[in-house]
Amino acid sequence: MIASARTHARRKATNYIMIALCGLATLAAVGVLLLVVGYTLLQGIAYLNLGFVTQTARPLGEPGGGMRHEIVGTIVLVGLASALGIPVGLLAGTYLSEFGGRVGSVVRLVADVLTGIPSVVVGIFVYVVLVRPMGTFSALSGAVALAIIMLPVVARTTEEMMKLVPQTYREAALALGIPRWRVIVSVVVPGAMVGIVTGSMLALARIAGETAPLIFTALGNRFGFAGLDEPIAALPLQIWRYAVSPYDTWHQQAWAAAFLLVMLVLVISVLVRWLTAWRRG
Amino acid sequence: MDQPQALEQAQTPGKVWRSLLRRPASPGDGLFRVTTLLAALSLLGLLLAMVVYLFGAAWPAIAHFGMGFLMRSTWDPVREVFGALPAIYGTLVTSALAMLVAVPVSLGTAIFLAELAPGWLRAPASFLVEMLAAIPSVVLGLWGIFVMAPVLQPVERWLAESLGFVPFFRGPVFGGVGFLAGGLILSVMALPIITAVARDAILTVPASQREAMLALGATRWEAIRHAVLPYTRSGLVAASILGLGRALGETMAVTMVIGNGYRLTARLFAPGNTMASKIATQFNEASGLETNALVELALVLFAVALIVNVVGRLLVRWTVARVAGGGH
Repeated sequence: MIASARTHARRKATNYIMIALCGLATLAAVGVLLLVVGYTLLQGIAYLNLGFVTQTARPLGEPGGGMRHEIVGTIVLVGLASALGIPVGLLAGTYLSEFGGRVGSVVRLVADVLTGIPSVVVGIFVYVVLVRPMGTFSALSGAVALAIIMLPVVARTTEEMMKLVPQTYREAALALGIPRWRVIVSVVVPGAMVGIVTGSMLALARIAGETAPLIFTALGNRFGFAGLDEPIAALPLQIWRYAVSPYDTWHQQAWAAAFLLVMLVLVISVLVRWLTAWRRG
Repeated sequence: MDQPQALEQAQTPGKVWRSLLRRPASPGDGLFRVTTLLAALSLLGLLLAMVVYLFGAAWPAIAHFGMGFLMRSTWDPVREVFGALPAIYGTLVTSALAMLVAVPVSLGTAIFLAELAPGWLRAPASFLVEMLAAIPSVVLGLWGIFVMAPVLQPVERWLAESLGFVPFFRGPVFGGVGFLAGGLILSVMALPIITAVARDAILTVPASQREAMLALGATRWEAIRHAVLPYTRSGLVAASILGLGRALGETMAVTMVIGNGYRLTARLFAPGNTMASKIATQFNEASGLETNALVELALVLFAVALIVNVVGRLLVRWTVARVAGGGH
């Protein structure tokens, strides 16, 4: 009787301790996020001003200056990467969802594996196939690297979203005598549109902060956008270069740039969440 | 029509659709199918192209150094002698440290999110953990340099003074940057994916598993420990493997806090390099054979990431298929 009471107490204690530990783990995971985001926003706000967006970098020692070139560069890179990556990803995702089969099964695994390939390796790959033959680092090769990172993500989200469209929609459309490809384009794609858009936005947020693949492709450039076949500046590259520099003013600029990137990610994530909730509601 | 057949059709409506699609009725159908097929195959082509081109560009180094590349620990551009061992070692050490921290925290978080958290907390907390994956690596590195390293420095110094007889904790301390800092930053990057995959794996466990255990008078933790986690063990392993894949290849944040050393040492406070960070810092300064050697390093990293991810993904698939095939 006493022994069983003791066992009972021990079991209850273990229960509470383990539940508390799981709660603490969650607190730690969320805490790290809040620490990083909070610190970045606080530091960034302190150093961010209008000049940071509209001006270009000044020589060391002169106060002020900004990252106009880097912001423009990131917009060009992300825009071009999206233009290359999203359409192909959409089509690939359509195949995976609507045709599938054995090819689809292989491609699905390949897409998942590609998502896990280190971005630095993608950068080296693009260096080998584009930068070296072209003889120059370029905005184009940077965008191609980012598009390669984006492609499998867009393909898989598109597939998942199109699979959510009820089968009865397809059958109803077919029964009207519409050609099969039109059923996909006019019924399935619109039905999955919100999901596809949100998935693409998340992929976009991811590549906007990518740094490693740009080192060997876009390289960076202090003189502004000079064409797609020339090196181009990018926010993440500049954050890295400034962060590892010994100068306080450059550190401050790095924080302000980090603020912009984190805000972009935050806004997109919240927007996606809101869109998803709106679709469900 | 007898009942079972109707049931079967209701369960696999996609088959009808797919068989219709396979017999195109209008010229547009064939064109559409081929276009999307080409897009899908482009992913396969991309993967194959990576293998071929990386191998081709690394070939001079592979032919020149042979297996010695993986065994040697010097990186000397002047004498053109390159060995990858310290970088491979650095990747292994930082990834191991990352897993040591990230796996328990992630599994705890996953269990909390899937089993324990009150309903209103689940979605927001999951959202926040997923947000962690969206923080750019370079921003995390920036934070690592200016926030984590200064905090880590006194801790490392204290450990070096009190536990310095253990080889791992021997000094000197380099301003908080080094293997330990790299491992900690990597744990933050591996955490979201492990949590997400593990949470989904736990959510696939049928409610009857828990209920049966609870009905026997088990506590909540006992039900989780003995009825839920064993049921989806492969899913939890897959989650950890995918987290490992993430940690192995992460570049920027590690590069910024690992301190750029190139020695084989057990000291966790010493500066080091991973394969990824070596490539990131060295590639643009390299020329000739060194470039080939760095591409070979990328090839090694690619191969490791490929194997880890294929194993992880197949395990996820197997888990899902097993649960789905379990007759629920």
